[in-house]
Amino acid sequence: MQFKPYARSLAVALSLAFVAGCSSTGGTQDGSMDGSRDGASTSGVGSGQVGGVGVGGSDQNGQQAGIPSVRTIYFDYDSERIRGEFEPVLSAHAQYLRNNPNARVVLQGHTDERGTREYNLGLGERRAKSVERFLSVQGISPSQLEVVSYGEERPAVSGYNEDAYAQNRRVVFSY
Amino acid sequence: MKRYLGLWLAACLLLFVQQAQANLTIEITRGSDRAIPIAIVPFGGEALPEDLARIIGDDLARSGQFEPLSRDSLISRPSRSEDVNYRDWRAVDSDYLVVGDVEAEGSTYRVRFELLDVYGERRELGEVVTADPQRLRAAAHYISDQIFEAITGIRGAFSTRIAYVTAQGAGDARRYGLHIADADGRNSQQILDSDQPIMSPAWSPDGGKLAYVSFETERPAIYIQDVGSGQRVRASSFTGINSAPAWSPDGRQLAMSLSRDGQPEIYLMDIASRDFRRLTNNSAIDTEPSFAPDGRSLVFTSDRSGGPQLYRYDLASGQVERLTFTGNYNARGRVSPDGEALFMIHRGNQGYQVARQDLETDRLVTLTEGRWDESPSVAPNGAMVLFATQQGNAGILGAVSADGRASFRLPAAQGDVREPAWSPFLN
Repeated sequence: MQFKPYARSLAVALSLAFVAGCSSTGGTQDGSMDGSRDGASTSGVGSGQVGGVGVGGSDQNGQQAGIPSVRTIYFDYDSERIRGEFEPVLSAHAQYLRNNPNARVVLQGHTDERGTREYNLGLGERRAKSVERFLSVQGISPSQLEVVSYGEERPAVSGYNEDAYAQNRRVVFSY
Repeated sequence: MKRYLGLWLAACLLLFVQQAQANLTIEITRGSDRAIPIAIVPFGGEALPEDLARIIGDDLARSGQFEPLSRDSLISRPSRSEDVNYRDWRAVDSDYLVVGDVEAEGSTYRVRFELLDVYGERRELGEVVTADPQRLRAAAHYISDQIFEAITGIRGAFSTRIAYVTAQGAGDARRYGLHIADADGRNSQQILDSDQPIMSPAWSPDGGKLAYVSFETERPAIYIQDVGSGQRVRASSFTGINSAPAWSPDGRQLAMSLSRDGQPEIYLMDIASRDFRRLTNNSAIDTEPSFAPDGRSLVFTSDRSGGPQLYRYDLASGQVERLTFTGNYNARGRVSPDGEALFMIHRGNQGYQVARQDLETDRLVTLTEGRWDESPSVAPNGAMVLFATQQGNAGILGAVSADGRASFRLPAAQGDVREPAWSPFLN
């Protein structure tokens, strides 16, 4: 149908915008906000890691030692392919997980709001598993990784437009 | 298997709120051109806190099959058939007339009503209903059911209920709620409140329980909650996705989609024994199961052919048959109560809309006009379909008649409303 080519070309344009965003403050903010919010809403589960999130989130200068500050990567429409510009982000997380074998991360997969909710749960899982595979190939132990899909249930941005969709198609690293 | 065994959780684990919430209101957006004109005269006798004639008229109008006369057009106000001059009602082109009156009897009311055929000049129905003051709306819905069935031959579904999910606020303040309400959006009650997503409410065939998905542990799990008591059990909490619960018509099994073996597959859980049986096995997403009304097969969504399409799984043979071929996105199928049609979300040129496919001819018709419509749920009499749609940036519920001729919306005062589930018949 008309959707895909249109969405793809828009997504390419948006992904360029995101590269720019990530190199300035936008991407960083988004990443650390997601991380701290997930830490704060956790009750009981993994309370040991909550402190870690706080350290990582506040330690903007910590290069190798802290959790990488960019914790959200974005995807094209109807795709679980990891975009080239996000490979360095994944590699940074892989390095952190290798250096901290006790660290665990939940890979939270999300979709945009189009399509049916239950099917989108499956699509969000595909995205998170694609990140899991990438990390596994880099030698990360499966015991450090967990995949949870939220489908379209927890949008980062509300609204029914391409800009909101592009920001919602994402995987969040939640330590 | 022990840790998956159902565990009755105390109702106080989450906040269960039983207070009345802001009701959904009804706005009729499209009337049917074939609607039957009917005059409903305000009931005589005892003055009541509820306007029964208004409730009945609203019920019948919502069905799309009736067009109640406005009050201004009522030329007289009889309350008994003996006092009716049929010629008057023919003059205002009313095919049917409803008259009645109310009598107080101790602490209850006796509501007497008659349905009259204006052109045939005869009484079609006459009945007395006894109701407590708190049950007057229910009495009106009961009368609507009787009138609807007497004229259309189809059982009325005005005494049923709906369940739906709400979401309000953003970020840390975001809250999700599970609610039930009467079919007209009134008497709403919140039965679950959470800071994590709630999804996929599904009524048990006896209307006593709701199965749903909650992320309250930050992982999706399926719960079964007793509607009356609020007591609930966690039915499935495997690693990965636990989603899309669907009851078998006998209420003994729950179909669902689980990704515990890698990718989402359809499973059947025996509710009494908690035995799980895997039905599908492939590398695709298999989800959104729904039983055919005869219980012999399941319809589900799978993207095994590329995009999502609907398939039927025959429970006796294990054979899978593809049902949809129109377009490249057909999902969340629901079979009509007569087994003859399949309602679904279909992506066409305008976006995602509710469509109906005739299972005999395979002809597919789009019923709604939204761009992001979701979650079709069929009334137990098959006459209407509830779905989720948008108004501005807010999610609201909509309903459309099974033939697409009539539609209405149920906007909420605030927040998003989505994932409607129409209850079975409750009486």
